[in-house]
Amino acid sequence: MAHTAVHQASRGQTAAHAHAAEHHDQEGLKILGFWIFLVTDCLLFGTLFAAYVVLRTHTDGGPNGKELFEVPGFVAETFILLTSSFTSGLAALAMNQGKRNQLLGWLAVTALLGACFVGFEVSEFAKMAGEGATISRSAFLSAFFTLVGTHGLHVSLGLVWMTAIMLQLRRRGITAVTRRKVFVISLYWHFLDAVWIFLFTVVYLMGVM
Amino acid sequence: MEHETTQTHAHGSVKSYVTGFALSIVLTIIPIVLVLSHALAGKPLIVTIVLLAVLQFLIQLFFFMHVREGEQPRYNVMALILGCVIVFTIVAGSMWIMSFNAAVQ
Amino acid sequence: MLTKLKDFASTFFVTGDPLIYGADVAIVLTTIAIVFVLTYFKKWTWLWKEWLTSVDHKKIGIMYLIASLLMLFRGGVDALLMRTQLALPNIQFLQADHYNEIFTTHGTIMILFMAMPMMFALFNIVVPLQLGARDVAYPFLNALSFWLFFFGAMLFNLSFVIGGSPDAGWLSYPPLSEMSHSPGVGENFYIWGIQISGIGSLATGINFLVTILKMRAPGMKLMNMPLFSWSVLSTSVMIIFAFPILTITLALLFVDRFLGAHFFTMTAGGNPMMYVNLIWMWGHPEVYIVVIPAFGIYSEIVSTFSKKKIFGYKSMVFSMMIISVLSFFTWVHHFFTMGAGADVNTFFAISTMAIGIPTGVKIFNWLFTMFRGRIQLKQPMLWTLAFIPCFVVGGATGVMLAVAPADYQYHNSYFLIAHFHQVLIGGVVFGYLAGIYYWWPKMFGFKLDEKLGKWAFWTWNIGFYVCFMPQYALGFMGMTRRVYTYGWDMGWAPLNLVSSIGAFLMGIGFIFQVWQISYSIKYGERDTTGDPWNARTLEWSIPSPAPMYNFATVPHVSEQDAWWAEKQAREAGKRAAAAPALEPIHMPKNSGIPIIMAAFWFVAGFGFVFSWIWMAVAGLLGVAACLLARSFQYDTDYYIPVDEIKRTEASFGRGI
Repeated sequence: MAHTAVHQASRGQTAAHAHAAEHHDQEGLKILGFWIFLVTDCLLFGTLFAAYVVLRTHTDGGPNGKELFEVPGFVAETFILLTSSFTSGLAALAMNQGKRNQLLGWLAVTALLGACFVGFEVSEFAKMAGEGATISRSAFLSAFFTLVGTHGLHVSLGLVWMTAIMLQLRRRGITAVTRRKVFVISLYWHFLDAVWIFLFTVVYLMGVM
Repeated sequence: MEHETTQTHAHGSVKSYVTGFALSIVLTIIPIVLVLSHALAGKPLIVTIVLLAVLQFLIQLFFFMHVREGEQPRYNVMALILGCVIVFTIVAGSMWIMSFNAAVQ
Repeated sequence: MLTKLKDFASTFFVTGDPLIYGADVAIVLTTIAIVFVLTYFKKWTWLWKEWLTSVDHKKIGIMYLIASLLMLFRGGVDALLMRTQLALPNIQFLQADHYNEIFTTHGTIMILFMAMPMMFALFNIVVPLQLGARDVAYPFLNALSFWLFFFGAMLFNLSFVIGGSPDAGWLSYPPLSEMSHSPGVGENFYIWGIQISGIGSLATGINFLVTILKMRAPGMKLMNMPLFSWSVLSTSVMIIFAFPILTITLALLFVDRFLGAHFFTMTAGGNPMMYVNLIWMWGHPEVYIVVIPAFGIYSEIVSTFSKKKIFGYKSMVFSMMIISVLSFFTWVHHFFTMGAGADVNTFFAISTMAIGIPTGVKIFNWLFTMFRGRIQLKQPMLWTLAFIPCFVVGGATGVMLAVAPADYQYHNSYFLIAHFHQVLIGGVVFGYLAGIYYWWPKMFGFKLDEKLGKWAFWTWNIGFYVCFMPQYALGFMGMTRRVYTYGWDMGWAPLNLVSSIGAFLMGIGFIFQVWQISYSIKYGERDTTGDPWNARTLEWSIPSPAPMYNFATVPHVSEQDAWWAEKQAREAGKRAAAAPALEPIHMPKNSGIPIIMAAFWFVAGFGFVFSWIWMAVAGLLGVAACLLARSFQYDTDYYIPVDEIKRTEASFGRGI
C-alpha cells in the first residue's frame, strides 16, 4: 500500500475544475510575488534616498538644487506622471469590464504620457550637463543623477514591458494570464508614481526651497 | 475555464479612480504653493511637505493600488509596512549616523 | 600587431606568479577532461535536458550544493595559503599584493559564494518537501536564481586568471576600492560578480517567502510548520529587505568608478564612510541570513535524534522572527571607531547586546530538548553538539565586541577575526554540514559513511580550536588583521604557528569528507525506506530520492511533526494508509532561458569589468531578449498522467 501521503486530501472537484483552480492560484501567487518585488524596489529607492539626503549639501562649491532645478519643468513632469498613473487605472477598469479595445487605448495613452515624462527628464539632464553640472561635478550631483536616473530607468523599462503586454493582448485577448499581466504592470506604474512623489518632494521642492 | 477567474483582481470603480486622482492633484498643488509662496520656512515647511507626500503615497496605495482588497491574510500589506519601517531606518539612521560628518567638516 | 597582441595578453591574463601558472594549467586540464568525458560517454544531451534546463527544485538544490562545495575548496585553499604565509615571521611565500588579493577573495567567496549557495541548496532540497508541496512558488525563477548565482560566481573567480583579483578587502571599502587607489579591473570583477549573483539571491528570497506563505500542504498552519521552514521564512524576510541595499551600494561604487561620480571619493564632496554605513546595513543582516537557517537545521536534528518534540516551539519561532527584525538595527557596531558620537554608539551597542537574548533562548531550548531524550550520536547530531559550546563562546566574545568603548581596543584585531570565524564556522558551517549529513539520504538515497565521517568530524573540530583560540590571544597581543607578515620581535610566532597547524587540520577534515563522499557513493548504506533516521517531518514520508513530483497525493496535515504523528497513529493501528486517489499532476516544463539569460548577464558583466561598452550592451540586449521571449511564452507547463505516477511509485516499492 502506498504510504506516501500522510492522509489524503479529500477532493470533491472534477479534474477540469481543479485545473482551473490551479491556474487561478498561480496567477494569484504571481501577484503576491510582484508585491514583494515592489517592496524590494522600495528598499532600493530608500537606499538611494539615504545617499541623497546625506550628500545633498555636499556641492563642493558647485551648483546646488536652487540654481539648477526649474519649477515649470519638474511640475510638468509631476502632473504628466500623475495623469499616467490615473490612465493606467482606467485601463485596469476597462479590462475588468472586458473591453479590450478600450483597455489597449488607455494603455497606449499611459505609455505615451510615460514617454513624454522620460523625454522631459532627458532634456532636463542634457541641459544640466550642458551647463557643466554633470554627474562627476560633486557628490550632490552624483546622488541627484543616480536617484532621479534610476527612477527614469524604471519608467523606461516599464514602457518596453507595457508595449510587450499590449502586443500579447492584441494576440490573445483578455485571459487569466493577460489579465494578471495588466494588473501587475498597473501596480508597477502606480508604484513608480508613488516613488516620484517623494522625489518631487525631497529632491525638487526641498531643492528649490 | 478562464472566465471563472475574473474575480481575482477586479477592483475599483471610476469613482474611486477619479477621487484618487483629484486628491493627488490637490496634494501636489498644496506643497508647490507652500514652497513658492514662502508661507512657511525651514523645518515646519519640510515637515509639512513630507507629510503631504506620505498622504499622497497612501492615496496611491488605497485608491489606485487597492491594498485593502485581495486575499486574506494580506501578506503584501505586512511586507509593505515592514519595508517602510526599514526604509525609514535606512534614511533616518543614515542621517543620524552621518551627521558626525557635519561636525568634522 | 604581434607586439600589440602580446601587450594585451600580458595585461589581460594574470602573469608572473608560478602559483597562478599552476592554476592555469589545472583549469585547462580539468576543462579538457570534463569535455572529453561528456563527449566520450555522449552525455551532452543528458546534461542539458536533465540538469542545465531543469526547473526541479531538488536538482537545482544539488547543483547549488556542488557549486558551494567547489567554492568551499577554493576559499579553503585561500585560507591555507594565508596561514602558510603567517606560520612564521618574515616568510616570503606570498608577496604583499598577492596576500591582499587572497584575503579579499577568501572572505567574499566564503560568505557570498560558499555559505549562500550551500544555504540555498538546503532551502531547495528541503523546504518544498517539508511543506508537502510539489515545487517552489516560481520554479522558472528558481532556476534563473541558480544560474545567476553560478555565472556571478564564475565571473568573480575568473578574476584570478584574467585581469587580476580584487584586493580591497571582502567589503571593498572606499577610498581603497575607488579608481584613485584601485585602477585595475579587480574591483569591477568584485562588483559585477556579486551584483549578478545578488539578483539571484534576492529572487530566491521572494520565491521562498511566497512558497512558505502560500504553498503549504492543506491543514498545515504556520504554527505547525517545521522549524527549518520557519528559519527559511525568517531568512527570506531578511533577504528581501537587505539585498536591495547591497545592490544599490555596489551600484553606487560602480557609478563612482565607471562614470567618475563622487559618492565615496575623497574629493568633490564624496564621503567614503557613507559606503561603510550602507554596506553594513546589508552586511549585518547578511550574517543573520546565513546563520538563521543553521538554527533551523539544528532544531530539526536535535528533535529527531533526541526522539522528542522540540522544546519551546513557539519561543523558537518568536526568537527567530525577533532576530530577523533586530538584525536591521545593529549595523553601526561594525564601525564604532568611526566616531559617530556617544549617542549613536550607545544605541547600537545596546541593540547588539539585545540580540543575545533571543539567541540565548534558542540555546536553552536545544538543551532542554536533549534533556532526558534518547540521544543517538549520529553524524548530524555530532555536529550539532559541537556547535553549541562553540557558538556560545563565539556569542560571548561578540558581546565583548559590542561594548563600544572596549571595541576601540578590539577593532580590526585578530580578536575580531577569531570571533567571527567562531560564529561563522561554529554556527554556519557546522550547521550546514549537519544539514547535509542529515538530508543526504533524501537527496541521493544513501547515507554517508559513519566511520570516515567521525574522522572528518574530529579533525575539523580539533583543528578549529587549535586554529582560532590562539587568534584571540594574538588579538590582545596587538596583531591586526590583514598584515601579511611580521617580525620575530613581535613575539607572535608561536601562536601563529599553532594557528596554522589548526588550519591544516581543518583542511585534512575536508579531505576526509571528500573521501567519505566518494567512498559512500559505492559502499554507503542504502536508504530503502525513505525515512532512515526515524524522523518527524513530511520530507521523510516519501521515497529517497524523492520522485520528481514529490508527493503522489498531496498530504493533509493537522499537527506539528506530521509524519511522526502519522507513524504513531499507524503503529497504534488507528489509521491505515488509505489508497490514494491519484490525479494528473501539474508540473512546470523545463526551460533553457534561465541559463541563457544568466550567460548574457555574464557577458554584460564582463563587458562592464573591462569597460568594453559594445560587449556590455550586447549582453544586456541578450538579457532583454530572454525576458521578452519568456513573456511571450504561454505554453509553460504540463501534466504527469496517472499511469506514469503509478509506474514511478511502483519502482520505489510503493505499489498502488
